[in-house]
Amino acid sequence: MEIIFLTFILVLSVFLGFELISKVPATLHTPLMSGANAISGITLAGAFLAAGATNNEMASWLGGAAVAFATINVIGGYLVTDRMLGMFKSKRGK
Amino acid sequence: MGIEIYTNLAYIVAAALFIFGLKMLGSPATARRGNAFSSMAMLIAVVAGLIGSQAVSYEVIIVGMLIGALIGTLSARLVAMTSMPELVALFNGSGGASSLLVGWATLYYFEGESVPTFTAATIVLAILIGGLTFTGSLIAYGKLSERINSAALVFSGQRVLNSALLLAIVACAYLFCMDPSATSVYLYALLGLALLLGVMAVIPIGGADMPVVISLLNSYSGIAACAAGFAVGNNILIVAGALVGASGIILTNIMCKAMNRSLANVLFSGFGAAKTAKAVEGEVKPISVEDAYYILEAASNVCFVPGYGMAVAQAQHVVKELGKILEANGCEVSYAIHPVAGRMPGHMNVLLAEADVPYEQLVEMDDINPRIENVDVAIVIGANDVVNPSAREDADSPIYGMPIINVDQARTVFVLKRSMASGFSGVDNPLFFGENTRMLFGDAKESISGVIGEFG
Repeated sequence: MEIIFLTFILVLSVFLGFELISKVPATLHTPLMSGANAISGITLAGAFLAAGATNNEMASWLGGAAVAFATINVIGGYLVTDRMLGMFKSKRGK
Repeated sequence: MGIEIYTNLAYIVAAALFIFGLKMLGSPATARRGNAFSSMAMLIAVVAGLIGSQAVSYEVIIVGMLIGALIGTLSARLVAMTSMPELVALFNGSGGASSLLVGWATLYYFEGESVPTFTAATIVLAILIGGLTFTGSLIAYGKLSERINSAALVFSGQRVLNSALLLAIVACAYLFCMDPSATSVYLYALLGLALLLGVMAVIPIGGADMPVVISLLNSYSGIAACAAGFAVGNNILIVAGALVGASGIILTNIMCKAMNRSLANVLFSGFGAAKTAKAVEGEVKPISVEDAYYILEAASNVCFVPGYGMAVAQAQHVVKELGKILEANGCEVSYAIHPVAGRMPGHMNVLLAEADVPYEQLVEMDDINPRIENVDVAIVIGANDVVNPSAREDADSPIYGMPIINVDQARTVFVLKRSMASGFSGVDNPLFFGENTRMLFGDAKESISGVIGEFG
């Protein structure tokens, strides 16, 4: 049942993703990409499970590395996207 | 049960905020707030995940986060805007690495108990896609930063080798799923093969096709997160991963369409091998900075068409300055951007935004083409293939059928170019020999500064 439930979520999310992203204008494709990239750092939530939940040394090393990589993705991704979007200015804004 | 309910409720809030954030990315006016929403969603999901993980020890987690935060902050703050494609490639890679490690580490979670086959299969997927994303992104980074040769690397037997690689992966995956454990020899084989696959997948792709590769790797990093989500049974990973996966696939599709090539063609064939275009003959008409000034001074509609060369010459600031002077001179100024100009989707837009060009002036290919005949001067800066009329006229050209910006139909075309070498794809460009084309030779930045000086 769990599998069906997770697949159900997956299918709906994919459709939603297609709907949302196809409306993004070409001008914003780079920030879209780096913003999406930051979102893929969500593996951080999974990495916690791996890093802290067992006493196995190997698992916590792997988990720790996963946490580090995902954090690079999250922090770096959001900051750089914000930096880029901060540069997009309107004519009226001046 | 107690804490799990709260964690999942927090995930629902996070998912809603992610979706809202992405929706707001649909317009430049709301995009920055959208990004803030999305980062808030991430914060909620991460805190909930941390509490929900019921970690035994927090040391490793804290050290990992500190290292990651330090590297992430420094790279995001310090990197130049022109190096954005490289940075995005590296971030993609680190997402892939993270998914690979999460999948791998999940195996230890079972500590001697048997791993369900479904979980084993999703672990395999997380490792495969994560590993492929990781090394593929590193190679893409190397090509983008010119640390390794950015040309397509094709050798005989490549297809046979790649097919063998894929077969080996399928075989190892099957054998691993039959008896999944953290000590399985097939696990290590899969890790190695996944990393090798990433390298093999990206080396045959040339520098000009990088927009497709980056979009695709972006998509993979999302799909890898999705697979990791299935492995650990975490629904926020699945939702967020699917959103990213969909986003990457849409961008990949847009990039392929803009080059009139199928994804398979981009991925598997070194470019330009099959056909040879007609050799272009004729005489180019060079123009001096002074003459360029006289023409621009009289123009009432000027359109800049930037390409990767503008990024290389770091010319975006002087371009914008010239645009501003022309506007003050009563001229209508626009910047026409081809979807695959540069090395990643939207690359030129970001550079021009950095130079303070208002986003209303950045127009897409489909907007400018119908009115290109009203453009007095089209100024091509470091672009080549995306303005090559062969794509329209010469059925033998390797880029035939690719939609281009029809600058040759503007009243006058200035082409800023270092010298008469052919473009990245090695295709001759009849635009340079056109009746209404004037070549402004030299470094783009210096040439434009020169014209600005004349206005002075």
